Amino acid sequence: MSAGLLFLLQRGTAILLAPLVLVHLGVVLYAVRDGLDAAEILARTRGNLFWAGFYGLFVLAVSVHASIGLRAVLAEWTGLRGRAADTAALAVAFLLLLLGMRAVWAVVGAP
Amino acid sequence: MADAGTADGPVLDVRIWRGTEKGAFVRYEVPARANQTVLDVVTWVQRHREPDLAYRFACRVGVCGSCAMTVNGRPRWTCRTHVKRLPAHRPLVLEPLRNLPRIRDLVCDLEPFFARWERAGGRFVPTATRRDPLPRIAPDSTARRAVDAGIECINCAVCHAACDVLAWRPEYLGPAPLNRAWTLVNDIRHGAREEVLDRTSGDAGCHACHSQASCSEFCPVGLAPTAAIAGLKRASLWRLLGGSRA
Repeated sequence: MSAGLLFLLQRGTAILLAPLVLVHLGVVLYAVRDGLDAAEILARTRGNLFWAGFYGLFVLAVSVHASIGLRAVLAEWTGLRGRAADTAALAVAFLLLLLGMRAVWAVVGAP
Repeated sequence: MADAGTADGPVLDVRIWRGTEKGAFVRYEVPARANQTVLDVVTWVQRHREPDLAYRFACRVGVCGSCAMTVNGRPRWTCRTHVKRLPAHRPLVLEPLRNLPRIRDLVCDLEPFFARWERAGGRFVPTATRRDPLPRIAPDSTARRAVDAGIECINCAVCHAACDVLAWRPEYLGPAPLNRAWTLVNDIRHGAREEVLDRTSGDAGCHACHSQASCSEFCPVGLAPTAAIAGLKRASLWRLLGGSRA
């Protein structure tokens, strides 16, 4: 993948993540304000397509954004470049995607 | 003459790097003068203490850029750095420029710096002959103003030494070659503008810059390579999205 495309993807996902993070923080504050417990929160999120899409997009953007950033950190701080850095970054991207989507499923999927 | 090679009266505590990649700082006491540049200090040491001290200078008045060194950890033109403007309570510490191989004492090898200019496509490719009419370029056009902003670079490598990305990632093209590239991308007379974008948008090109702006902070001419690199990033993105800005 070209450096320009990686740059575009990272900046693009950053723009996407800015409102997503704010909404996420707002939802957390709102949800705990009146002392909702886990079961009550799950009752509201399970089967809700909006939150499935919201957090699905969130996880996808994080996986892309974080792994591209990590690739640059690896190149600069550990000297890992080229194929090795690409492989490490891809592995992190898939790990984040897997863990994130599992969490999304736990919150919005069927019990 | 006052400058007699003795260190009577007020003295400066000067530490100068002696050696190559391996070496050590050597301490000298240099007579303090009312009006004295760091280059004057180095010249005094060479004339009165260390005849074999290696350092570079030519014009002594901030035109050629060859006397650039690391002064108290910062890259500077020593001929334009007055000792009295530096903190008096600290020793004056002089080393060669960062991010370049050291040849000896205060002299570093600039070849890797100039090789990057070639790698970035910094060589002008003409598109006309002397029999063609001169192209008309509006002085207030966006492209001409972008060229104006970066054209005064004199290749002193101060920005190269100031750049942290270069320290971490030695294959990075660096601020000065990218600044030069941006002036060429905006020069309608240049015959290889697309090629310049190709060469500068690779993995170690403009996208590797973190916009920390050390280059702009330390440029003795007051240029802003960070802005030029941002221009290259924009042009590269536009091209990727199907438009062409070159």
